Amino acid sequence: MYLLFILLFPLLIGSALLIFKPKNAFAISLAASIIELAATAFVLQEASLNPVSFSAPWVAEAGLSFSLYVDGISGVLIGLCALLVPFIVATTANTDRANNAQFQGLMLAMQTALMGAFLAKDAFLFYFFFEASLLPIYFLAAIYGGENKNAITFKFFVYTLFGSLFFLIALVYVYLQTPGEFHSADIEVLYQTAKGLSADQQGYLFAAFFLAFAIKMPVFPFHTWQPDTYTVAPAQGTMLLSGIMLKMGTYGVIRLVLPMFPLGVATWGLMASILSVIGVIYGSIIAIQQKDAKRLLAYSSFAHVGLMSAGILSGSIEGIQGALYQMLSHGINIIGLFFVIEIIERRTKSREIAQLGGITQFSYPLTVTFVILSLGSVALPLTNGFIGEFLLLKSVFDQNLVLGIIAGITIILGAVYTLRLIQKSMFGNVSRITADFADLTFAEKAVLIPLSALVILGGIFPSTVLGFSEPAVQQLIQWFK
Amino acid sequence: MTAIIALSLLGILNLFLGFWLSRKTIQAATLLFLAGSMALTAMDWNHEMLWYGHMFHTTNTSISFSLIIQLAAFMVVSFSKGFGIDEEHTHPAEYYAILLFSVVGAILMVSFDHLIMFFVGLEILSVAMYVLTGSDKRNLRSNEAALKYFLMGSFATGILLFGITLVYGATRSFYLVNIAQAIANTPPESTPVFLSIGVLLILVGFLFKISAAPFHFWTPDVYEGAPTIFTMFMSTVVKAASFAALYQLLSGPFGTMYGTWVYPIYYISMLTLLVGNITAVYQQSAKRMLAYSSISHAGYMLLTVSANQTSTPSTILYYSLSYTLATIVAFGVVMLVAEYQTGRTEKPENFSSFEGLAKQNPGLAFCFTIALLSLAGIPLTAGFWGKFFVFSDIFNRHVYYPVILAILMSAVGVYYYFKGIIAIYFKEGDIERIELPGLVKFAMWACTLGTLLLGIYPSIVKNLF
Repeated sequence: MYLLFILLFPLLIGSALLIFKPKNAFAISLAASIIELAATAFVLQEASLNPVSFSAPWVAEAGLSFSLYVDGISGVLIGLCALLVPFIVATTANTDRANNAQFQGLMLAMQTALMGAFLAKDAFLFYFFFEASLLPIYFLAAIYGGENKNAITFKFFVYTLFGSLFFLIALVYVYLQTPGEFHSADIEVLYQTAKGLSADQQGYLFAAFFLAFAIKMPVFPFHTWQPDTYTVAPAQGTMLLSGIMLKMGTYGVIRLVLPMFPLGVATWGLMASILSVIGVIYGSIIAIQQKDAKRLLAYSSFAHVGLMSAGILSGSIEGIQGALYQMLSHGINIIGLFFVIEIIERRTKSREIAQLGGITQFSYPLTVTFVILSLGSVALPLTNGFIGEFLLLKSVFDQNLVLGIIAGITIILGAVYTLRLIQKSMFGNVSRITADFADLTFAEKAVLIPLSALVILGGIFPSTVLGFSEPAVQQLIQWFK
Repeated sequence: MTAIIALSLLGILNLFLGFWLSRKTIQAATLLFLAGSMALTAMDWNHEMLWYGHMFHTTNTSISFSLIIQLAAFMVVSFSKGFGIDEEHTHPAEYYAILLFSVVGAILMVSFDHLIMFFVGLEILSVAMYVLTGSDKRNLRSNEAALKYFLMGSFATGILLFGITLVYGATRSFYLVNIAQAIANTPPESTPVFLSIGVLLILVGFLFKISAAPFHFWTPDVYEGAPTIFTMFMSTVVKAASFAALYQLLSGPFGTMYGTWVYPIYYISMLTLLVGNITAVYQQSAKRMLAYSSISHAGYMLLTVSANQTSTPSTILYYSLSYTLATIVAFGVVMLVAEYQTGRTEKPENFSSFEGLAKQNPGLAFCFTIALLSLAGIPLTAGFWGKFFVFSDIFNRHVYYPVILAILMSAVGVYYYFKGIIAIYFKEGDIERIELPGLVKFAMWACTLGTLLLGIYPSIVKNLF
């Protein structure tokens, strides 16, 4: 029942906001997301002892059930989602979006879709939420987006939907092989069934599943929607997309692809890893050349997620654990960084790196938090990014030395573009547009300081999360060992 | 069964009511009649019965389809104003009476057990539709549409009748049961060739009616030319009834001849999907786009019919219902906006006249969006499950290529349905608030909420039988 609450509560409040359009939408939305966080923390507390689950009949005549569960793996993801949404809501404080009931309502509706995808134990339920999450984010980006938003958001929508249709075909195929008159789409039944398929079949199914998740993450060469969409979406939309939504792709690979198609991964996994690593390097190199700070972060996110994908596809414990940890850290770091850019844009009306400079003279707290968040993103030891990247790189090294070495370059390239961004914007000479840069407000500090604290805490105490997820990862590994 | 007698009598009564009552009252009376006949239909639930010398057969399947047909008619009547633009040219009594008669025809089509009964039903429905299509007497497009529809329709009827004759010649019976027996008793090698030809001709007749490619050429013109309210009726009632009848024929008497008709159906459904979806992309008029979308939906439904699984009837039922609910809202909004825009812009049915609808009419915009999302098959709406059931039925037959094509085409579908959504939400326009009559509001929200309810919990319809 708790699971049903954490799933539906945001939607309930969100639709109330959409329908009644109250004046104080910001307060309601923030309160709702904090209650959601508290409830999720409670569920995770329970889940650390035993997996929590909930099941109700849904489409009985097709063997589908409304079953949710939280184990070590989905626990990390729902924790991430519940943790980040209050911050994302808080970033709207004192803007014209704060009391925009439609904006807040769509964000909360989005949270339900994301929670649903992470909680689902029935593969079709996962698909259902995976797709449904497109609607609120599409409307967020297309209503509140920037220049040329219609074409860009539409491309995003059709592109991702197109990928998921292949996923749907493949899923229906496996589902129809399950035993019983009504079949079943329970994830564990699917694992069991898919095991019996031939290597060829698994190869095709792997390709269809991976395509959907590769577009969502995105992995090279399916990333062309991503930089434009991230740039054009409103800051909060970008945070939802990069902080949480792309994790649906990586989560899908961990939860569905690895255990279902071990033979498919054995044949095609290396190929997919190579594509992912190409994305790592390619994304980093393009990030170095970006003029627009938001676009730079979009490419950096593309690079980071490529490494996660490669680590997961290695199929080792380190790879999956590292990816889980990196999903969490990346979520925290990237929304912090996007918020920093948003703050700069609010004050200077520009995101052009070349036009900025010397902000540190006006806002010391902004510089400190920006540096901490960036170091997390660069994976400096003692920050949260280090743990995840280290584990991921180790898993890629163990799988293939050459690939590992190439992927390792990401640390250097990451440092190049991130430090360049800090240097050009925070230090150096004061430019015309940064001349009267106002210091951080309380609301902005209230977001950036806790996030920076999390970066450091995550680097010092990784075992809280890693210990929480390990039993579930061990169990998952059994399916393809 | 009692429903068809009641509806026929009430239709005649409706004609007389026209002498005394105003347009509003007749509309209310017609709604009441339909509600009553729905209750009568529902009363037969679980009472399987044969009527009229075994020519008419009420089963739970036929009752569910009859209910969908009457529900669609109910919604259409709620949206309608009685035909004619002004009081002088209004003939509400005739109009509602013809509507009721056509519903009788549609019910016969879903409950027949005898080919003549089926033919009578089809003709009652078709003739009523020819009249309704041309009902906007002074509109040239409407006249053209009616003539086209009549010529094409009677041609198709002729082919169908020829097919029935050949089947009768081969099996010496019009009763479905006897035909099935005769076919089963003949060894495959001595099956007369003209039986197969008869079956295929019947199929062709149907393909005309459901506007499958390459027999679809009349559809866009007729759908666009006819008054929108009848397009709504045509694309829901006629489709649902024809598919139910087609399934009944193919699964019953011709079930053993699977090999004869299944490949034509695969190829035709693939062609229909391609033609319907790809042509829809290029449409500037929302109404014409919906016409092509109805062609493409015929492609999906044809695939289901060919699957011939135990779950197929409930899939067709579910698909018809979800399609009906969404189509009624989509055409309804097109009709309301076009009425508002008439005189303001040259082409009131184009997407461009929808621009900025959401600003002053959030409710209308929301309903339209849900309808289009459902037609596109996006989760949270009934259309998603409709497609899901179709794909899993046909996959169960181990047929892959048509399904893969169908899935690709549903991605194309997203493209043109979203044109409407983009126009109403993200384009600038200056549409003022459109005042809706209470009944229209009711019908629109009922269909929208139904679409969402079916999208979240499809079991309520899917496990009826």
